[in-house]
Amino acid sequence: MAKGEVKLLGSWPSPYVMRARIALNLKSVEYEFLEEKLGVKSELLLKSNPVHKKIPVLLHHSKPICESLVIVQYIDEVWSSGPAILPSDPYDRAVARFWASYVDEKFFPALRALPMAQGKEAMEAAMHPVKEGLALLEDAYANHSKGGPFFGGGQISYLDVAFGCFLGVIRVSEKVTGVALINEHTTPGLAGWAEEFCAHPAVEDVMPDTDKLTEFINRIIKMKSQSPN
Amino acid sequence: MAEEGVKLYGFWLSPFSRRVELALKIKGVEYEYIEEDLQNKSPELLQYNPIHKKVPVLIHNGKVIVESQVILEYIDETWKENPIMPQDPYERAIARFWAKFIDEKFFPSFRKAILGGETEVEKVIEETKENLKILEKVLEGKNFFGGERIGFVDIVANTIAYWVFLFQEAAEKEILTEEFPILCNWKDKYINHNIIKETLPPKDKSVSFFRARFAQSKASS
Repeated sequence: MAKGEVKLLGSWPSPYVMRARIALNLKSVEYEFLEEKLGVKSELLLKSNPVHKKIPVLLHHSKPICESLVIVQYIDEVWSSGPAILPSDPYDRAVARFWASYVDEKFFPALRALPMAQGKEAMEAAMHPVKEGLALLEDAYANHSKGGPFFGGGQISYLDVAFGCFLGVIRVSEKVTGVALINEHTTPGLAGWAEEFCAHPAVEDVMPDTDKLTEFINRIIKMKSQSPN
Repeated sequence: MAEEGVKLYGFWLSPFSRRVELALKIKGVEYEYIEEDLQNKSPELLQYNPIHKKVPVLIHNGKVIVESQVILEYIDETWKENPIMPQDPYERAIARFWAKFIDEKFFPSFRKAILGGETEVEKVIEETKENLKILEKVLEGKNFFGGERIGFVDIVANTIAYWVFLFQEAAEKEILTEEFPILCNWKDKYINHNIIKETLPPKDKSVSFFRARFAQSKASS
């Protein structure tokens, strides 16, 4: 397949973009990665996603698909000869979708606030919902992974992609707070899973380096504090 | 062996549980309906949905499914007649995109615009109208969001077709007006659709309920 058929608008730090890249990698789809610059939205992005003006945007035969989990499902359905990303059973799919939705609506907003928290009290307050969320996800892993190592069992699947993309930010938060959010004691399942996930060939090249991501997040925090709006 | 039945825990005025009823009716699936008192949630509800503690909750063959859009896709994948989602992957992506937009962008902006206090309310009303303009364009040239027949987005858009108008009447404030002729036309077809109209809660009772609720939140703010 010609490379020009599939393009992905994104940026290296974005966990949402990572979801799309992992999905494309899982299906061995060749694609052109168009890196958006921080603070400047390209014409192509504004044209392809006029409603949200956000990355990732998948362009397939120039048709735009937006919203990371919508993109992942699209990739799964179009390249159906590759390994399945969503499970085949409707109930298993519902479980995966439920947890992906939980990660987006509850877990990541809490996680995102953590590196921003200034001072010991604020940090502890910010940590609480994150730890709660990880406990729930540890439970989900225990209940659904059927022995693992992935949420999808033996193969990486939808929920692995939906949640695993946040491991970069989790690691940055661990570095900044000095607290091991995922660890052998409180989240043994997730600890093993995180290692397997990051080492997976579809993931390892697109998971950002923790130091590089820490530097990037610090830059964002600085930018935000200098121009409050 | 797990029971074969389908059970739905819902609330008469929740658009989210009404969506699930609509999907089940479209598919011709028989189900047992259990009305929840949201002020006094049943132990079953709290057991089945411990994280969000919300309706709707669907039980099928002893399996629990929550979150209305997740339930809709589950229903569509389990009972194949009268498909709700389009077949084509690109069309499916578009449907999921708009369903997300309606629940995550449109309705929250509309709620804020209707209920909001005086500060910044003009800005939110503008944002809501922009969102309505976007939705008008999506509907242009179509009978329903799903095309000739109602589909996934139409089911999710029950909030727009009906609850928007309940809120507007209760708050005595209008945002979705004749200024949006395509949406109004769609809404008229929608609320008179033979299956959909069975799933709409009674207007007067609903408006009274919201009126009281809005007055309560004003009083406590």
